[in-house]
Amino acid sequence: MTARTTVRHETGVGLPWWMWIPATIGFALIALPVFGLLLRADWAAMPSLLLSDSALDALRLSLITAAVSTFLCLLFGGPLAVILARARLEQRPRLLGAIRSIVLLPLVLPPVVGGLALLFLLGRTGLVGRGLDLAFGITVPFSTAAVILAQTFVAMPFLVVSLEGALRTAGERYEAVAATLGASPALAFRRVTVPLVLPGLASGLVLAFARCMGEFGATISFAGSLEGTTRTLPLLVYLQRESDESGAVALSLLLVVVSLVVIVVGRPRGMDGRG
Amino acid sequence: MSGSVGLSLQASLHRAGFSLEVALDVAPGEVLAVLGPNGAGKSTLLGILSGLLRPDSGHLRVGDRTLVDVAAGEFVPVHRRGVGLLAQQALLFPHLSATANVAFGPRARGVPRAEADERARELLAQVGVGELADRRPSQLSGGQQQRVALARALAPQPGLLLLDEPLAALDVDATPAMRTLLRRVIRDGKQTALLVTHDALDALVLADRVVVLSGGRIAEQGATRDVLARPRSSFSARIAGLDLIPGVASAGALRTADGVDIHGSSVEVADGEPAVAVFPPSAVSVHTERPSGSPRNVFRVRLAALEPRGDTVRLRAAAPDGAPAWVDGLAADVTPAAVAEMGVDPGDDVWFAVKAAEVAVHGTHT
Repeated sequence: MTARTTVRHETGVGLPWWMWIPATIGFALIALPVFGLLLRADWAAMPSLLLSDSALDALRLSLITAAVSTFLCLLFGGPLAVILARARLEQRPRLLGAIRSIVLLPLVLPPVVGGLALLFLLGRTGLVGRGLDLAFGITVPFSTAAVILAQTFVAMPFLVVSLEGALRTAGERYEAVAATLGASPALAFRRVTVPLVLPGLASGLVLAFARCMGEFGATISFAGSLEGTTRTLPLLVYLQRESDESGAVALSLLLVVVSLVVIVVGRPRGMDGRG
Repeated sequence: MSGSVGLSLQASLHRAGFSLEVALDVAPGEVLAVLGPNGAGKSTLLGILSGLLRPDSGHLRVGDRTLVDVAAGEFVPVHRRGVGLLAQQALLFPHLSATANVAFGPRARGVPRAEADERARELLAQVGVGELADRRPSQLSGGQQQRVALARALAPQPGLLLLDEPLAALDVDATPAMRTLLRRVIRDGKQTALLVTHDALDALVLADRVVVLSGGRIAEQGATRDVLARPRSSFSARIAGLDLIPGVASAGALRTADGVDIHGSSVEVADGEPAVAVFPPSAVSVHTERPSGSPRNVFRVRLAALEPRGDTVRLRAAAPDGAPAWVDGLAADVTPAAVAEMGVDPGDDVWFAVKAAEVAVHGTHT
């Protein structure tokens, strides 16, 4: 003990000893499967598996669609979060609550259901899809655009929740100060609100991107699995799990690495236990 | 500074369980203190002036501009009012340096960056934090932050400056210097201001006039010294309840108009400036004979009234024949036992004595 230079003096209030047992099981449930993947991997064949045409196509498609979807989440979800956090609807006080409930729906809805809903809306016989088809000859389902729509659908709530929380935490006091200094609402938003919520916005974007990269259910039911057009990495993994097991494992590990990078780089504030 | 405009407000605002009805005027360059217990409507009043609240009826004019006229449907939004605010919390923008915080207002009005930054540095130097211009708010102490916030509020040259308990959140150590700074900046700048406070001393040092709000109505108003020295409402009596003697500062003491020196410790006030000697009634001892020895301030007074106040009795003084007028209204708190022992009654002449160490000499606004 004498060699130790940093002795922790804080003892805290202590924990019930049995707490460690379920906690260990819970941790194992998350860690062991990932560890198992590492054991199953065919490391020698890894480069050729990852550099195959189909794998590269899927990776490229995943990255592009996830980036575009994340941008769409920012473009539409950002203002949505601002309105949910700041708008005052004195005539309809409960309207915002209702809107929020609907926006959060994709968080809990099975993605397959979301994909089907998109299909019924935008399919050739759907409410909007028929109009698009007749007027412009545009068919959305089973295209790359469909992949992007499906990903945006499931990922948008992550950005909205994170940004709305950041806006509420920042409060309106700084904006009021900016106004007393002569800043118009637009200027106060740009120079005060946005910088204040930037960390929350960044973590929301990272979460949304991660959700896009992992999207499966809504994509397969709305966009199908066409190589080069709609077959993203998760779809390829699912397809290869029987025909080419080591290929599936290699791609899975690639997704694990992407997820780890996302967690390390963009860990949302408050998720590292130190606030 | 540009800020020499007056203010005229007449407004009412009704909410569940609360209503505010006030009419007040502030002359150009005047500082009006608003005192009142919690829930009296001080924040509501500030909200109406700053534009964060819309009154149900009434009008507000600042200078020659009509900012609110409910009957005519006129309502100028916060950012076009030219009404500055210094709140209890400094609320500096955490992502901007001190200079950028102060330059924010001028920049919002289209002043070019270089010019706005230069003005910001001048103002920061003026409030005594010139060397901290490049720091972020998180690298500043509470007192320093409040100084930067003051510079920021002054930078757009507001016609009216609202001060919402600007000293309430500061450390005890930082308060006197900030109070002195506010006095200097607001007086030298002839800045029209409205100060909300619960501290009689703030009102005394900073304000020309006091309005006491109670239950959303103006309960009392008048010159600061008069209201605080002779409070008529129970609230002002409770927060004020101080003995005040007006005069001018003179070599660390206070000299009254009739040439009597009141010994005390002065708080950053130059000789010859208007000042007031302040002490609590509990610091006054009462004697039937003139007390001898010790460097005390001793006044001969005639007892006007004895008021029981819980476990003490407040002796209220009047000026006996030939004594100066400022003696009138002085108060001393003593125990009932002491009163019984002395056997004094209203109309008797006694001596009030107060140690120099208990007396603070503050510069006043006028």
